[in-house]
Amino acid sequence: MSAAQSSIPEDVAKSASDARDRLNEHTLKIVHWHFSEDTGSPFWLEKKSELGFAPLKDVKSFDDLKKFPHFEDEWLRGGPIQRWIPKGHAGKPVYVFETGGTTGIPKSRMVIEDHWKDYELFSDTLPDEHFPRGSNWLMLGPSGPRRLRLAVEHLAQHRGGICFCIDLDPRWVVKLIKKGWMEHLEEYKKHCIDQAVTVLTAGHDIKCMFATPKLLESLGEALEDRGTSLQEVGIKGIFSGGTEFTPQWTRFCVEELLGGPVEEGGVYMTPTYGNTLMGLACSKPVTAADGYKISYYAPQPRAVTEVVSFDDYNQVVGFGETGRVKLYTLTDEFFVPGFMERDEGEREAPFDMYPWDGVSGVRPFHELASATTVGVY
Amino acid sequence: MITLQPLRWGKPYESMEIKDVVHFDTGEPIAKFGSVGGGIVARDMKQAHKARAALLKHSTDELIAMSKKAAELFETAELPVGDSMQSVDQFVHQQSASTGLPEHMCRSNLKKNSFVLSHIDEILDCLTRGLDLDILSKGYGEEGRGVIVSYQAQTPVLGAILPNNSPGVHTLWLPAIPLQIGLALKPGSQEPWTPYRMVSAFIQAGVPAEAFGLYPGGHDAGGAIMTKTPRSMIFGSAETVAQHAGNPRVQAHGPGWSKILIGDDVVDDWELYLDMMVESVLSNSGRSCINCSGIWASRHTREIAAAIAKRIGPVDVLPPTDDNAQLAAFTVPAMATGTHAMVQQDLAESGVTDMTAEYGDKLIEREHCAYLRPMVVHADSPDRGVAMKEYMFPFVSVVECPQAEMLRRIGPTLVGTVLTRDPELVAAAGACVDIDRVNIGPIPTNRLNWLQPHEGNIIDFLFRSRAYQVADLPVAANA
Repeated sequence: MSAAQSSIPEDVAKSASDARDRLNEHTLKIVHWHFSEDTGSPFWLEKKSELGFAPLKDVKSFDDLKKFPHFEDEWLRGGPIQRWIPKGHAGKPVYVFETGGTTGIPKSRMVIEDHWKDYELFSDTLPDEHFPRGSNWLMLGPSGPRRLRLAVEHLAQHRGGICFCIDLDPRWVVKLIKKGWMEHLEEYKKHCIDQAVTVLTAGHDIKCMFATPKLLESLGEALEDRGTSLQEVGIKGIFSGGTEFTPQWTRFCVEELLGGPVEEGGVYMTPTYGNTLMGLACSKPVTAADGYKISYYAPQPRAVTEVVSFDDYNQVVGFGETGRVKLYTLTDEFFVPGFMERDEGEREAPFDMYPWDGVSGVRPFHELASATTVGVY
Repeated sequence: MITLQPLRWGKPYESMEIKDVVHFDTGEPIAKFGSVGGGIVARDMKQAHKARAALLKHSTDELIAMSKKAAELFETAELPVGDSMQSVDQFVHQQSASTGLPEHMCRSNLKKNSFVLSHIDEILDCLTRGLDLDILSKGYGEEGRGVIVSYQAQTPVLGAILPNNSPGVHTLWLPAIPLQIGLALKPGSQEPWTPYRMVSAFIQAGVPAEAFGLYPGGHDAGGAIMTKTPRSMIFGSAETVAQHAGNPRVQAHGPGWSKILIGDDVVDDWELYLDMMVESVLSNSGRSCINCSGIWASRHTREIAAAIAKRIGPVDVLPPTDDNAQLAAFTVPAMATGTHAMVQQDLAESGVTDMTAEYGDKLIEREHCAYLRPMVVHADSPDRGVAMKEYMFPFVSVVECPQAEMLRRIGPTLVGTVLTRDPELVAAAGACVDIDRVNIGPIPTNRLNWLQPHEGNIIDFLFRSRAYQVADLPVAANA
């Protein structure tokens, strides 16, 4: 047992053990759903014959998911999208959300209600004090084929508010960067930010918002140029995500953009980590005392993150050690038994709020980092 | 271990994002630097006017005197750099360790930067053609012909995205301070040494610290400097230069494709110029934009190539502390292997000959770095792709081309040394808009006269000449 493991308080260890039991139970249920002839999706039912084991018999716990080959996101490129729809959900209205796609075929994920459920769970983590129920929202980020707009809008509605949306097309942003059209990039950003400023200053009683880190930065700057601030226009709480988040950026944001730490009257901001495959991981509360460390915890058991060894993707590293982020999605709509994210980070210990593994210091996986365009919007 | 933190208009900022500067050969960390993102840069640039205001409190004469003092300190003194005191020897050792440049080359770059700063009064006098520098401070003034002249500063600060591994380029931003223009610099991740030491020298010499911003960081920080400063310079590839072409806010410095052109009237005496050609190709490990990458002549090109090859072909890797070391390491080995692959493609073209083939393997791979040994390539025509190539190691193509076609076909040429007594060729070279700096006579391409402008006159970049008329106000009748 590592020093970090031995330092986990007894009550947290008990909660973690209970959570693990729930995860094992949930895993069995989900595997049964996706591999039963009457409920599973054509994709997994077809895949079953290639697996070399019988999921319905051989998967008895979460750890048994390691018997599956790693989920290849290439499987998500191209159609027919219908092959991903579980038969158990046949006939229900289906959304498709995409990721990538600046060039070539984007990865597509079909969704029925997962985005609503994910954001309802996320809603439970938002403090009412900073995200007042009934107040209106601003969504400043990518919409179009992305999940974000509909999800944030649902979050606002779920909390009794109305969501104002500003669109940003990340595929065009990536193209602008690749073409080196930096002036166009600036103008496009300004175009988005101008709309956001207009909405925020139009008397809509917007108190909560989502923005990507870069757009949040630009919005703060634009408001300051106009002699006001996020605080002054009435924003109380922000959740941010979509691109890389660092402690240094968070500190800058808190100290220079949000009017100081929340306990001193600054705007509350919480980082999130997620993608179309997994849903949304929340952050442990970020504080100056903790060096603005950002630790994400997946909404277990619907999704799980592990930090695994660079040499063996089935081997979880010790607490505090570095490895690659591995994702699992275990909902009745979508089954991902281990997908290797393009990120790495440090494994974090369970704590009372999230009694399961987390990941901190998330950054592009070092072997892929040079080829990855991060933080474009 | 020395830690370099960002400087926000003279105030050190303790970044939480600490990165390592590693030794090129061992991969061991030799320093740490804290980096910032574009948000911090953008915020600071809103206060850029204060940097100029702080400098305007001193006259240009005072700032020139401080610059000369800074030159002396930069070259000789122990200075506070980051959280440590840094001697000259430590500076040289650290710069060599992170950039892969031999130490004696680091010393000569140190002296070059110091030389420019110590002669800054003469340089400014030449670049402004004798203008009273108070006119730049005040914005207008009387030059002596009874006419007001006005030069309006176009920016309170000069931004600069500095290169990773070329310590010689820093001469280009040094004139900003005595011109009362502040500096917002993004140091290269492997060569933070010169900007940090130079800024320290300026501050120790009495220049207000508020005039300096040092923003180590990624593309994000660099992008913010370029977006938020009305005038910036960037050092990069041909793509970088193309990206900023025509943008009056940006001075982009990239490959030089510097050349030596030999006229028909002197080419039979080519051996007289061999030393000059070798120096132009080999100095500073061929890493500069002012290194010669093409030698063009109508005849004797094979003999010329063979003679240069004989001189530089045997040059081999030596330890960076060896005073005879001529080669700098590629600190990113993939750059060397990639460059080597490109050269192999060049050599595959018919009419292209590797004149250094007999001098052994060119690509020397080490665990953490790689080297490319010098190459001389002969091209039987300017149509060969290699005629327009420049690489980051001692590499030159000797191109056979009729004199009559030369100036039409050389393409962009930062430094063009033209060897001829033919007045027609001299006049044509002087008129050729593809050549930026023209040398008539045997001047190595790497030897710059700092009293002349380099890739545009920085005065024209930072100041705009404009009209400024003044008339007395009529006195009111009841006054």
